[in-house]
Amino acid sequence: MSAAPDAPLLRIRDATVAFGDRVLFEGLDLDVGAGEFLAVLGPNGAGKTTLLRALLGTVALTRGTIETVPVNGTGAPPPVGYVPQQHAFEPDVPVRGRDLVRLGLDGHRPGPPLRNRQTRERVDAALAAVGALGFADLPIGRLSGGEQQRLRIAQALVTDPQLLLCDEPLLSLDLAQQRVVSALIDERRRRAGTAVVFVTHEINPVQQYVDRVLYLVEGRWATGTADEVLTSERLSDLYGTEIDVVRLRDRIVVVGADDHHHHLEPGPRRPGPRDPGATTRGGRTP
Amino acid sequence: MMAFLYLSERFAQHALIAGTLVAIACGMIGPFVVTRQMAFAVHGTAELAFTGAAAGLVIADNALVGALIGSVVVAVAIGLLGDRPRERDSAIGVVLAFGLGLGVLFLGFYQGFATAATNILFGTIYGVSQGQLGLLVAIALVVVAVMVAVYRPLLFASVDTEVARSRGVPVRALGFVFLIVLALAVTEAAQVVGTLLVLSLAITPAAAAHRCSANPVTVTWLSIAFAVIAADGGILAGLASDTIKPTVFVTTFSFVIYIGARLAGPAITRRTASRARPA
Repeated sequence: MSAAPDAPLLRIRDATVAFGDRVLFEGLDLDVGAGEFLAVLGPNGAGKTTLLRALLGTVALTRGTIETVPVNGTGAPPPVGYVPQQHAFEPDVPVRGRDLVRLGLDGHRPGPPLRNRQTRERVDAALAAVGALGFADLPIGRLSGGEQQRLRIAQALVTDPQLLLCDEPLLSLDLAQQRVVSALIDERRRRAGTAVVFVTHEINPVQQYVDRVLYLVEGRWATGTADEVLTSERLSDLYGTEIDVVRLRDRIVVVGADDHHHHLEPGPRRPGPRDPGATTRGGRTP
Repeated sequence: MMAFLYLSERFAQHALIAGTLVAIACGMIGPFVVTRQMAFAVHGTAELAFTGAAAGLVIADNALVGALIGSVVVAVAIGLLGDRPRERDSAIGVVLAFGLGLGVLFLGFYQGFATAATNILFGTIYGVSQGQLGLLVAIALVVVAVMVAVYRPLLFASVDTEVARSRGVPVRALGFVFLIVLALAVTEAAQVVGTLLVLSLAITPAAAAHRCSANPVTVTWLSIAFAVIAADGGILAGLASDTIKPTVFVTTFSFVIYIGARLAGPAITRRTASRARPA
């Protein structure tokens, strides 16, 4: 699976983004094929989200090209779905889950959202696919983080995209919710051949689904399967310092990268740099 | 039934037509004001309508035209200074402080009737002339037309900014358009209830509507309905009363609707919720 796909959906060549002197990534070459699950890993500030924004077209490349290859001989670029980080909605925002999904379908069009049977059926189908029909009519601010992210996935998939871009969609979810959300994404790409670019600081919840990883560190990058890239040698090389990759049962733990990434445990509970626990990239303790 | 006696009078008809249209415009922008947390922008542009009106009085003896032009200038200034939401409130504060100073200056130059100045602050709905009515109607129609045209992308940009941007919604441009539409609607509302009490048409009905539903379209319709009831009810009650200004009735009705919605709202949304989430 480490070889680049024969018929890529997404073709990235020499992609470079720099803000002034700060180079986020440089000379990135990467193809992503239909149905492929690519995890984008790396410390905070390494440019993972910027890469995603470049793929979305909301950040311009300093150099290089990003091409989305038309599918089935049609001239149009493949539709793209986007799942952002979970963020809290105000409890009284007058929007239901159903409205959020509908906005994903036609929210960019002018005019008011008129009633339309076909639209309603598509929204209902997208809600049903993520098991969200039961809470689709509640104000979104009153739903749990996991419920909100399920709606996000329905919102991203309602346009039937060929390419799904996810920016830390599991952040702030508990373990059970992480499993539900990542299984939904995996199910989609297997069923519909949707390519998935999944930005995460944490590979373990999606490890079983990941075909390839892209690891970004301070402008440098490495690609390959998880087994190829997540080794002590490769990561030591990438970080330019001693890194140990340890496998604990089915979990991958990266030790020694603590001076470089400060994102291990989001929030103030993050252990200090000398705390051996801080070097664990193996995820939230269940 | 004094109110009905006056209904054949031109001034009362003008007041009701202007009041209804202004209420519809304000009712439409209100839910977005609440969702985008722009109450301070409403307050700021309303108070600065006073500066525009004072300038209009001094320069052309026309408070309404001055207020309308001034409000657009203010909206553009706020939009340019407060690019990001967090900067917006301080930008409004900065523009507001300077603008009110200018208003005092203009008022110092004004040699006309003192009531023209207090009318700006508390509303002159019974003094709407034929020419002013035409202008008020035209601008209310523009506000409503623009709001209908941008409704969906504006909702998307307001509640789900990042995803909206990823779908190609021009988030910044829409914010700018909304600011200008808001300034126009607010200045119109200032004609009915006065600059000091604009919030009773631009925010209170929407805040009440938010209590009654989570469906954005339903909220918009309710907000319009509440604003029209408060404005027209207030104008009619004002006609019936010899001593109390219509502004007092408009703000009171608006407030009573809000209290009612706060009391009844939880029951309404709970019922919807229990229907939506099967046990």
